[in-house]
Amino acid sequence: MPKIIINGKEIEFEKGMTVLQACELADVEIPRFCYHEKLSIAGNCRMCLVELEKSPKPIASCAMPAAEGMNIKTNTHLVEKARKGVMEFLLANHPLDCPVCDQGGECDLQDQSMYYGVDKSRFIENKRQVKEKYMGPLIKTQMTRCIHCTRCVRFATEVAGVPEIGAIGRGENMEITTYLEKAMESELSANVIDLCPVGALTSKPYAFEARPWELKKTESIDVMDAVGSNIRIDTYNWEVKRILPRLNNDINEEWISDKTRYSCDGLLKQRLDVPYIKKDNKLQKSNWDEAITLLADKIQSINPNEIGGHIGDMVNMENALSFKKLFATLKSKNLEFREKKFYINSSEKINYIFNSSIKGIEESDLILLIGSNPRHEATMLNARIRKTFVKKRIPIFSIGDPGELTYDYTVIGNTTDDLKKILSNGHEFSKKLSSSNKPIIIIGESALELESGQYIVEEVKNFLKKNNFISKEWNAFNFLAQNASTVGLIDLKVLSKEDEEKNSFFEKLNKNQFKLLYLLGSDNLDIKKDNEFIVYQGSHGDRGAEIADLVLPSAAFTEQNGLFENLEGRVQESKKASYPIGEALEDWKIFNLILKKLGKFNDLSKFDSLRKEVLNLIPNFTKLNELPNFEEAQEVNTSSEFISESVNIKNLDYFYTNSISRASKTMSECRQIKQKLRKTGT
Amino acid sequence: MTLKKIHDDQPKEFKFSSENFKKAEEILKRYPAENKKSAVMPFLYLAQKQNSNWIPLAAMKYIANFLSMPYISVYEVATFYTMYNLAPVGKYFVQVCTTTPCLIRGADKIVRLCKEKISPNENELSKEGSCSWMEVECLGACVNAPMIQINDNYYEDLDEKSTKEVLESLIKDKPLKPGSFRGRKNTAPEKKQITNGEKHA
Repeated sequence: MPKIIINGKEIEFEKGMTVLQACELADVEIPRFCYHEKLSIAGNCRMCLVELEKSPKPIASCAMPAAEGMNIKTNTHLVEKARKGVMEFLLANHPLDCPVCDQGGECDLQDQSMYYGVDKSRFIENKRQVKEKYMGPLIKTQMTRCIHCTRCVRFATEVAGVPEIGAIGRGENMEITTYLEKAMESELSANVIDLCPVGALTSKPYAFEARPWELKKTESIDVMDAVGSNIRIDTYNWEVKRILPRLNNDINEEWISDKTRYSCDGLLKQRLDVPYIKKDNKLQKSNWDEAITLLADKIQSINPNEIGGHIGDMVNMENALSFKKLFATLKSKNLEFREKKFYINSSEKINYIFNSSIKGIEESDLILLIGSNPRHEATMLNARIRKTFVKKRIPIFSIGDPGELTYDYTVIGNTTDDLKKILSNGHEFSKKLSSSNKPIIIIGESALELESGQYIVEEVKNFLKKNNFISKEWNAFNFLAQNASTVGLIDLKVLSKEDEEKNSFFEKLNKNQFKLLYLLGSDNLDIKKDNEFIVYQGSHGDRGAEIADLVLPSAAFTEQNGLFENLEGRVQESKKASYPIGEALEDWKIFNLILKKLGKFNDLSKFDSLRKEVLNLIPNFTKLNELPNFEEAQEVNTSSEFISESVNIKNLDYFYTNSISRASKTMSECRQIKQKLRKTGT
Repeated sequence: MTLKKIHDDQPKEFKFSSENFKKAEEILKRYPAENKKSAVMPFLYLAQKQNSNWIPLAAMKYIANFLSMPYISVYEVATFYTMYNLAPVGKYFVQVCTTTPCLIRGADKIVRLCKEKISPNENELSKEGSCSWMEVECLGACVNAPMIQINDNYYEDLDEKSTKEVLESLIKDKPLKPGSFRGRKNTAPEKKQITNGEKHA
């Protein structure tokens, strides 16, 4: 490895690194504004100037490739003077409004001017004033503060794939804006707020809410989709003030989607705080005693076969297991978590996870989407596909039309016949597929909802197996789950067995054969209510609570500990950042109350024992936060039914997918703007 | 008023005329197909020529689609360069050089005359609507200072009298001939037209 001397210390660096990166290896801190690891290099802020021996001028370390034998100095008088000079220029037009700026306390400019700046200003001319720009409901702008690092421009173009932000004008009149001040049409737009090193782009919903040092920070996991983005929850007392991304290169890198970031105001609204009982066709406030007694009476008077349970999209694994245990005690088998009937082969783990792994996408050389729109179903995964596309220009194909994605793709068919042709090598695409080294096939839930869902899963798997694409080194078979709870609940086998009773849960539900329907945080299930007694247990007064006869308040995901398994089968822990509102309880505590009332209380139903049990139940489990073990797929001989039908990708109402986002004011605003954009077409 | 801000009153549509379309296709041939967006600058210029010396938004969109570029990129280019006008200018667009050499030779008098004859403010159409003027930086004709550029032509070696004549001719829609107004040929010396070579030959 080549060597470089930094401040008299010789260190080895990897070829292709810049001087700045080499300095970081040597634990030397270089101040910077425009440089960002995940973005391309711009080199326009000049803050990272260092001294290079034999160079008459200081060099911008972020843009200078490191070379063998360079002698870099960062602690000399020249460097100090250069930094001071650059800082003085940056501050010449920067307003002194830190006391009223939301970035205060976490501002790069503030921090670096403390370390590297001068203590007084020599600039007596007028400062420039820039008009505020409209950038949508999420981003608040104060463009006078902008120092033109162009991080936001590069992010929008490179990562988000929506080149809508740009720098117009020149020199002193340069301004950052979206095209004609339209809202940015991206699910990742709010990341520019984190990227902005000053207070030019700040969070609109969080404006003037709190100072960073007042907030309690909890590292947790997101549940808005199945990606399991790593987040930091900032709370002020009970209130969740904001959600920020946490670096995890295996999953979300440094970004999170707008839904993850801004659904948090939904945690403050529409909350269920006390039990409600429907009396005189109206939900009325009640108390736990009354509610549990009513529920226990109902349970005792109803045949276990007529009790059904449905688990929602944001329920953690411990709660799901204790729900399953409750149903086992009641001797009912009617448990389900799917919102619509779709095919799942739960016998092997590789059937229902994203085997290639999110990071693995970067290695692939061909991607085929089957009935999936990753942009809306798993935004961060889509960002990874785009990253790979930008880097390697890999070909991307789709069966079914997913609409606008953030990269180019080719639709190679809209029916299951097209897939059949490919799998039987009768399609020109088959050759491309089998000649690629690391293909990725992503099967979405829309494909599995088809009648030939079973055919798609099993035959694609067999095809890949035959072509040696399912092995320890590379696994091309991927299922794209949509909900945070999906993979975990399949692991816990919370689904009605297909072979035994032919989807008994959905049969019974549609025929209104349940007398008691217990919804655990389940709001997206399509229910035609007849005269069943519906119990809704959850955090929000949403679709489920609307039709319920008994409402039990429970904690939201930020208010309890719990495990979630993301779509790769990675088990991660979501942590308690706040506490349940009013009389609400964690779900497993409610089940214990019910069991106590029924006189069947089991000592084992404590949280720690539940977690232990959950971890034992997860097949191929390795470690928390790690990918599961690989397991050889078995040949499936069951003849799966093929039906010729068209693959329609369901249109997700992106900002309205779950009870929290539906309660969020910010999400409603985003949704309205998107609908408006769709209508006017501009 | 500035020419770098998007004008309020925008035409709805823009399309290259068939003649310009041919020219555009010629321009495209200069660049490799994968770098066709390099043609954005000549295209903007072409659009400006076609649309009475200013570029409407519709033209930027048209060019962006033509070259498969994002709208914002074309917008960035158009706002960056000073010679693209984003708001209407007069049929006779008078650019007065006020950089040092011209200023020493009396460009401020020309500016005063423009204010009197055309409009009190820069980039404002004159009463009859055919002229507008603006101050610009050096146009590279310092030897013939002071000078003004009217559309594509240079009017050089001006003084108050000749400027007045030029401006009045514009208002009458009968522009005078461009060139030196002191009878010089290009930048040649005024009286004896000899070059270094001739004297010492």
